[in-house]
Amino acid sequence: MTATAVRGTVRVEARVARPADEVWALVGDPARQHEWFPGITACTVEGDARTVTTGAGLTLPERLLTVDRLQRRLQYRITAPMFREHLGTIDVHDLGDGTSLVVYATDAEPAIMALVIGGAAGNALDHLRAQLEGAP
Amino acid sequence: MTARRKILLVTTDQQRYDTIGCNGGALARTPVVDGLAATGIRYERAHPQSVVCMPSRATILTGQHPATHGVWMNGVPLPADAPSAAEVLRQAGYRTALVGKAHFEPYLDPFLRFEENALARTGTTPAGGAHHGFEHLELATHGPVGPLHYARWLAEHHPEAVGGFYRVLDGSMQVNAEGGGDTGAPQVAVNPIERGWYHTDWVADRTIAWLDSLDAGDDWFCWMSFPDPHHPWDPPQSEVGRVDWRDVPLPAGYPVTAAERERIIDAKPRHWRLWYDGALVSNYEAPAAWVPATLTADQVREVNARNAVECELIDEALGRVLARVAARGWADDVDVLFTTDHGELQGDFGLLFKGPYHVDALMRLPLVWRPARSAGPPPAVVRRPVGLVDLAPTLCAIAGLEPPPWMQGRPLPADDADGAERGFERVLTDWDSELFGVDVHLRTITRDGWVCTAYLPGSVHDGTEGELYDLADDPLQQANLWDDPARRALRDDLLADLWDHRPPQRVPRPRVEAPV
Repeated sequence: MTATAVRGTVRVEARVARPADEVWALVGDPARQHEWFPGITACTVEGDARTVTTGAGLTLPERLLTVDRLQRRLQYRITAPMFREHLGTIDVHDLGDGTSLVVYATDAEPAIMALVIGGAAGNALDHLRAQLEGAP
Repeated sequence: MTARRKILLVTTDQQRYDTIGCNGGALARTPVVDGLAATGIRYERAHPQSVVCMPSRATILTGQHPATHGVWMNGVPLPADAPSAAEVLRQAGYRTALVGKAHFEPYLDPFLRFEENALARTGTTPAGGAHHGFEHLELATHGPVGPLHYARWLAEHHPEAVGGFYRVLDGSMQVNAEGGGDTGAPQVAVNPIERGWYHTDWVADRTIAWLDSLDAGDDWFCWMSFPDPHHPWDPPQSEVGRVDWRDVPLPAGYPVTAAERERIIDAKPRHWRLWYDGALVSNYEAPAAWVPATLTADQVREVNARNAVECELIDEALGRVLARVAARGWADDVDVLFTTDHGELQGDFGLLFKGPYHVDALMRLPLVWRPARSAGPPPAVVRRPVGLVDLAPTLCAIAGLEPPPWMQGRPLPADDADGAERGFERVLTDWDSELFGVDVHLRTITRDGWVCTAYLPGSVHDGTEGELYDLADDPLQQANLWDDPARRALRDDLLADLWDHRPPQRVPRPRVEAPV
């Protein structure tokens, strides 16, 4: 067990005081990620191909793997050469009380890229919660 | 209104106590810092509150321990609402600037979410007028890659020099283990860059430019922050001949035989040996693919030689800035503080770089305060323990301001008698790291000539391990007395004092958002 494990996992979550369907309507639309993920400035989707542009001007090609409205799960893979492997999974869980739990998991090789993406995802969930709850 | 004392805070990155002449260093010539010490206050036991960059720099800025300001490991951004000594000074009417390495926010930021990384696109003045209290920021790090001001400047004006630097990250985005120089030492490289284009001189040049932009009557606080002598060790090749590595003696802390190194390390908590053997890396900034057991004596010599060259360049750059300060007519009214954020193993125990190793190599720092001649106390040497947490309240005191209650340190003592009167007895240092299933947690107290480290339970330790060193009899910390029955009462006393003085914990604890 070392910090240099080949594959890294970063999982972040946020409880959002809005119904799961409402949360899913935003995060489940792969063309709208730039609306709630700070640092993503644009998203374009053609079929199962998505292209994300970051604030630094980096263009990340992605392949959409799962967009399941019933499970409220979105999965995608960044296919840029700097990733040997990547899987992003966003789940929206209905907590049954009018609120929801959003879980954003990033698995990547090289391992450190999981933290680069997953660290930003944690910030994005904070932003998503504030955006949907109307917090300042 | 009478002009107040100006403040020049000079920091380096990852510089050992023994790399400057006034602290006994014999490799690098540092006449400028030595001169400040001769007319000011030199601290012999100054410790950081963390031995990695981001938490330590946040402590310098906030005057708080890492548990409180929230930057508990590299990759955790300083919260936007964190207090700042620079902001206190700015609110009091000081002009404020930070030139060089900030690192309050992570560098690996492809999303450009952090102000430090985004600023260079728009200039040197942050949105809203200040960032963490600084109205002017011109930023640099250890090389020519990335979005900071120095990288943009070099790419624009001297693009041919960009490729000469050591490549800090490898193809797997890990810190590079590739060796170079004459010995193949990791993170050593030949850099053909012209000296004047290297980041050390750039930091001095930009500091001078900012000082020149001020009115003579302005009160000002400038944090001039050199990225060196942090690895990579790739100073301008034209300067490498200053110190021939073949003439460099091995450091006292480097046990020459492998058997001796391993005997010493095996008496320490287990992560020491695990790293030495290449089985565990608990700090992202240590090259993951490098195995410390492979380090040779000649590599230690070459790293120390390169490091000394970088220390000399910093000293000369500081001399240029001080000359400009004098030319502006401020010589008698400027307080100069010189220190660093943490140390460097640099061959001690057969190791390089840094990590969860609370020994003098990483914890004992150079700290010199040359008060303004117009107001300063007489020269002194302070042997009592002080911390970087004491810098922020010192800045306030220099400016004639009462340190705010959220600062956890106190203005630095002017001498040992002052330190005794004000209770400078202990200094605390923490390590926390949690990365891909490996977590390591150290709590350290330095007091009464002893350094005592407790290990909290983690993926490597079960909570019973520790380290205890007698700094007088064992200045190299080679004999761990943690399990010595004769020292049990002393150990218990130090631990009780350590737990009694824990700083408050910020809740919730901020997340790690990047590797570094």
